[in-house]
Amino acid sequence: MSASLPKNQEFLLPASNLFIALSLLAALLLNWMPWQGIWLALRPDFVALVALYWCIHKPYRVGIGMAWLVGILADVANASLFGQHALAYSVLAFGGIVLHRRVQMFDLRQQTLQVFPVLLLTYAAYAAVHWQLHGYVAWEYFAGSVVSALLWAPLSMLLQALRRPRAEAEL
Amino acid sequence: MEHTQSFRFFNRGPSPAVRLVFFSLLSLLLLFVDARFKYLESTRSAFSILLYPLQQMVSVPGSLWHRADAFLTLQSNLIRKNDDLRQQHSADAVKLQQMQSLQEENRNLRQLLAVQQQASYPMQLAEIVYAERDIFKRKLFLDKGAQAAVQAGQVVMDDNGVVGQITRVYPWLSEVTLITDKDHAVPVQVLRTGLRSIVFGSGDTSELALRYMPVSADVQTGDTLVTSGIDGTYPPGLPVAKVGRIERDPAYPFARIQCTPIAGVAKQRQLLILSGLPKLPERPEAAPESVTPDKPKKIKRKKP
Repeated sequence: MSASLPKNQEFLLPASNLFIALSLLAALLLNWMPWQGIWLALRPDFVALVALYWCIHKPYRVGIGMAWLVGILADVANASLFGQHALAYSVLAFGGIVLHRRVQMFDLRQQTLQVFPVLLLTYAAYAAVHWQLHGYVAWEYFAGSVVSALLWAPLSMLLQALRRPRAEAEL
Repeated sequence: MEHTQSFRFFNRGPSPAVRLVFFSLLSLLLLFVDARFKYLESTRSAFSILLYPLQQMVSVPGSLWHRADAFLTLQSNLIRKNDDLRQQHSADAVKLQQMQSLQEENRNLRQLLAVQQQASYPMQLAEIVYAERDIFKRKLFLDKGAQAAVQAGQVVMDDNGVVGQITRVYPWLSEVTLITDKDHAVPVQVLRTGLRSIVFGSGDTSELALRYMPVSADVQTGDTLVTSGIDGTYPPGLPVAKVGRIERDPAYPFARIQCTPIAGVAKQRQLLILSGLPKLPERPEAAPESVTPDKPKKIKRKKP
């Protein structure tokens, strides 16, 4: 965490590698849940959100390589082409790492607005590959980026809460 | 380990932009390979085997929900559905009964048909070895003879109709007299009316003649003549000829009716020999005659 943060500076446990991996895995599982119909279009990309969270909060631990690996896993699970999610998540991680100082200066509501363009760019990268290969774009797909951005604040709060030291945890 | 700006001078590897370029290129390469060459299918299947239990685990909540939904259906719904199914079942049972009886009937008919076919039409395929080049006696020689149990009197046809009759059998060959041979007679019926008659060859391979038909006989151009089967030589129902030109001259007692053979009498290379014709009971006081193509003619002449 940057020491220059003026406010909202709470004490958090150092994120263990295991915790990061588990959160990403949980996000992958959420993404694999069988969504149908309108919910499929509105499906938020949990993996993207969690990866972005870690890229913003731990830019030197979770980087583009990690995002790329997760993207490969997502490609296998979603039966998309190898590299499609990986490309999108690489772009996402890059955005998160570049913006990580800037985003941390805002509170959660304002962060949402900061995060939305990055998510939109990620979705656009995915859709661009699809368009290049199949020749059309399903525009309702981009609704998912809005939902994802709206989920940014709750997800950040959840992960922050999980990283907070418990009362009985001695330090 | 916390990361602050002051740690920047430590070597942290390539900058994010460089990493982005690297991983983007890697992704694009994978995309290209996967989309173009399908080399990665085995890799994908290996990965998916690893991920399969996780995916199953993820789908558990959904299936649990469906199961609970099924468990909590209303009783009235069940009763209504049950009634519907019962009605459907009785209707289906009736149909099933009908179908079973139809199946039985069909089986019987099929058996009959098979018996009939076996009794009347065992066939042998034979090939024309050579054709005699006597203009007035067009005869064919087939490559099946007494060794292949060919007998004189058997009928030779192609896939369309009657070609002729076997008149002589050699050990390895058999001789066929064409229906278009001069004065070769075939007892026929007009398919449309059932009128019996005899068709004679004219010596020309493309022409037959119906002789001794009254001027008033019900024969029209285009009528099909099939064998009547009355002579005991030709099995009934084989197509023989089509009626061509009809001349009805009141000055003569008989109409002149010209026919064309249906079978390609002079064209075929492979022919079928029909055997196993049903033996008819001996005709009373009929003079014993050798099997020649003239035999049906003589019998028939007395009849009409």
